[in-house]
Amino acid sequence: MALTREQMAQRVARELEDGFYVNLGIGIPTLVANYIPDGIDVMLQSENGLLGMGRFPTEDELDPDMINAGKQTVTARPGAAIFSSAESFAMIRGGHVDLTVLGAFEVDQNGNIASWMVPGKLIKGMGGAMDLVAGAENIICTMTHASKHGESKLLESCNLPLTGAGCINRVLTDLAYLEIKDGSFILKERAPGVSVEEIVEKTAGKLIVPAHVPEMTFEEVV
Amino acid sequence: MAGFDKRVFSYEQAMEGIEDGMTIIAGGFGLCGIPENLIAEIKRRRVKDLTVVSNNCGVDGFGLGLLLEDRQIRKIFASYVGENALFEQQMLNDEIEVILTPQGTLAEKMRAGGAGIPAFYTATGYGTPIGEGKEVREFNGRPHILEEAMTGDFAIVKGWKADRYGNVVYRHTAQNFNPMAATAGRITVVEVEEIVEPGELEPSQIHTPGIYVDRIIQGSFEKRIEKRTVRS
Repeated sequence: MALTREQMAQRVARELEDGFYVNLGIGIPTLVANYIPDGIDVMLQSENGLLGMGRFPTEDELDPDMINAGKQTVTARPGAAIFSSAESFAMIRGGHVDLTVLGAFEVDQNGNIASWMVPGKLIKGMGGAMDLVAGAENIICTMTHASKHGESKLLESCNLPLTGAGCINRVLTDLAYLEIKDGSFILKERAPGVSVEEIVEKTAGKLIVPAHVPEMTFEEVV
Repeated sequence: MAGFDKRVFSYEQAMEGIEDGMTIIAGGFGLCGIPENLIAEIKRRRVKDLTVVSNNCGVDGFGLGLLLEDRQIRKIFASYVGENALFEQQMLNDEIEVILTPQGTLAEKMRAGGAGIPAFYTATGYGTPIGEGKEVREFNGRPHILEEAMTGDFAIVKGWKADRYGNVVYRHTAQNFNPMAATAGRITVVEVEEIVEPGELEPSQIHTPGIYVDRIIQGSFEKRIEKRTVRS
């Protein structure tokens, strides 16, 4: 079975470490915040200028001057800091954020990522994505392994215009967890019940399959 | 004393001197921390062929979206423009030129512009359509592209509190692009919720020192929320 969005978020959350500053993109990456393991403290960075993003506000706490990069109303947690956009991107470009999680349309075996424009469709903009992928050394890309029509999104070379070149080293899809190294995808884990053969079939880029590929496990979420 | 009194008492005075074809640097992120009354005054004056530098372009009927209604913006530098049907229509009809700019690069272009740095190298955008045609130089084994700074004829800024000297503090994430915008205007106009007596603002807590600010006006603000999200 392919992973659900919630399971993808759970799997990514296992890569969090105590004391990490983390930037979570929009979509599945945002859900990662719901699965921060017990006993681990992370600070969420929101690129509009907030380090230490808290929960959504209650009606009483709602404040138009307090939003996240997705323009949703949020709160600041104890220990948070608020600053300008230039300062925020100094943190990002300067490599001070420990982990960045973002979505993508395509990733290729050389770590290139395409996530912001599809020619012929309306282009809304890259927001902070290009700065995030250029600045972080530690990025996890979350995406579906293949399109609805079964076309691989893990490619030899991205077809769509890039967001960043040679910057992605880890990918979590609904089928597998992979690393990218020296011009290849390396299959590290597979989703429960998903065969190595299916992953091979749906990976267009060069894929290295180790002798043993463990299956991910998930606890029942109550 | 009078030389340092930056206060003006009408929005007409606040935007005095704005003309067709000028470049305007605007603070704000989405609808948060936008100089909403200064934008409304620009609309009222019907100046046109403006170049706007702002992270976003408001929404239909509010914020910079107001300036689309009478086609006052000819060109915009922004990182994300997806919240606005009128904008999409004008973009598809080539009635507005859109220079999509990575968010961090946009912030740095304003910062550099205000700080007298004419250009800077960044890895952001290398190998993407944004890097096409730009000078590339390698530093520490990594390619970077040259991005030029930006300044404006006017900067329009939303602060929280200011004193008459033009010292400004921002509130929460309404800060965003405002401090950089404030440095990058030939004429910088700041509208705030409250003008306080000199000395009330703690000098070490000032976000924008008054040297960058030409005009200060106190206004009242709608502060529209773009995505209201609450927990129960």
